[in-house]
Amino acid sequence: MKIYVCVKQVPASNETLLDPVTHTIIREGTQSILNPFDAYAVEEAVRIKARRGGSVTAFTMGIPSAESTLRRVIAVGADDAVLLTDRAFAGSDTLATARTLAAAVKQRGMPDLLLCGKMATDGDTAQVGPMLAECLGFPHISDVAEIEETDEEACVVRKMTDDGYVRLRIRLPALLTVLKEINIPRLPSVSGVLRGEQAEIVRMTGEALEMNADRTGLAGSATRVVSTERPVLTRKTIWIEGTPAEQAGKLRSFLQEGGPIC
Amino acid sequence: MLNGIETGGVWVYSEQGAAGIRPVTYELLGQAARLAHAMKRPVTAVMIGRDNDQAASLAACGADQVLLAEIPDEVLPDELAHTMVLTELTRKYQPAILLMGATGFGRSLAPRLAARLETGLTADCTGLEIDPKTGLLRQTRPAFGGNLLATIVCPEKTPQMATVRPKVFPKPVPDESRPVRIIRERIESTDRCFEFIERIPAAEETDIGTAGVLISIGQGIGGTENIAMAEELARRMGGVLSSSRPLVDSGVMPYARQVGQTGKTVTPKLYLALGISGAIQHMAGVAAKTIVAVNTDPDAPIFGYADYALRCDCGEFLRAMLEKN
Repeated sequence: MKIYVCVKQVPASNETLLDPVTHTIIREGTQSILNPFDAYAVEEAVRIKARRGGSVTAFTMGIPSAESTLRRVIAVGADDAVLLTDRAFAGSDTLATARTLAAAVKQRGMPDLLLCGKMATDGDTAQVGPMLAECLGFPHISDVAEIEETDEEACVVRKMTDDGYVRLRIRLPALLTVLKEINIPRLPSVSGVLRGEQAEIVRMTGEALEMNADRTGLAGSATRVVSTERPVLTRKTIWIEGTPAEQAGKLRSFLQEGGPIC
Repeated sequence: MLNGIETGGVWVYSEQGAAGIRPVTYELLGQAARLAHAMKRPVTAVMIGRDNDQAASLAACGADQVLLAEIPDEVLPDELAHTMVLTELTRKYQPAILLMGATGFGRSLAPRLAARLETGLTADCTGLEIDPKTGLLRQTRPAFGGNLLATIVCPEKTPQMATVRPKVFPKPVPDESRPVRIIRERIESTDRCFEFIERIPAAEETDIGTAGVLISIGQGIGGTENIAMAEELARRMGGVLSSSRPLVDSGVMPYARQVGQTGKTVTPKLYLALGISGAIQHMAGVAAKTIVAVNTDPDAPIFGYADYALRCDCGEFLRAMLEKN
């Protein structure tokens, strides 16, 4: 089974710098990690491969140093990795990102199964997964909590919805976005880390992907960030003092003032 | 006008949940009416599925017309089927703006549709305004775990698409005297993402995302006895027990109860945080009207977000609350 995983390198902290002119994120010089949700997608891919054989390839689009994130993904079991890096990709919104990933996926050959994390912790949009499925013409299921069974034809998954869990069957090739509860990602072994360090990471530019400049990067993005601001914490905190009984009593009367709460 | 439908304007996707139209649909209609007024264009609610006599409720909350696309019955809404229907309808009737709820399904459907229409989509907007100069929709959303508010436009493509989380905006007061205008379309959609097998009976009936009162526990809650008391307090206050990440990671609480960036975003009237330190990743998921924080550490960041701050042991606080109730 040919499995692809799309991952993203995100800032380790959400205290982030923005370019004051383009309002896009300054990714150079900040400490980065693998997007936490993507670790579950990688782990799930490696587990499916262990059961059914095949290969796991990781893709990321990012700055050249995103290579280190791909090495970490190989360290926990991916076979190889592709880094999409080009100045022309800079400033991509979710749609331009999905198109660029789709171009790379098509060029490397269509997989049976494509896994993504539910969302990235920097943008918080959860959009690239479903958009990528659309760009590839794959069906998709979001918020997958468990992949119960899979063969060459289809997967049966447990999905979290707003009205509880459901079981669904999806024909392959397909894209799934996974939740945190799907597994507990393994830590890399020493030999895994070495393998990651020695692995050859495939690099692809916009030219290699044969993408027109108006399909990727800022030029290929439908949305524009026009301004950014830091939100101000406007809450005025009231400290409630006293013994626990007094505190509980005062809190109760404050809450009753504010409406019928308890 | 085309086929008796006023073209353009602001569209709201009416999402069908297990218990009928999802409340976020009405909240969106309230915003749509405000935007449409600024644009001097109509508000259209788009329903996909069967006519279930709910169109009147959409009109009462602000829809000038209800576009009902009848498709073959489905147990669960399907992303591919709805993408196909909405693509056909938006190409035909050319809305300028399309708003959808940032529900589980909305966050899965909207990006698929935006990619097919090759238009821009902004997730989880907390502010929507029409720019008086350009006429474009200014969409404001938090990013980086709430550390930043970005305002985004989609200048060249239509519809300008945005999703909004439930309970970010109030439900408008329904005006039953508004006329109900329904336009029907029949669409034989065949595309589907999945085959439905079954609903899994919920061990977990409660949805923390829509609860009005959340008693939320963190690492500082103390022993299991305190968790039992917190659950009892939640019960007495008509609320639900939720949790921060560490208790989920250690297996004490199920993932469905996790609040925060890697869990759920919650929008209760009251968020009572017990022994939660208040890391930015946690607070990113808390959009509460009133926040109460109970913690023994006076420097806990949670106090910076709290309306009411109690420096107190969680066990003692819970005992005092339960004794008086």
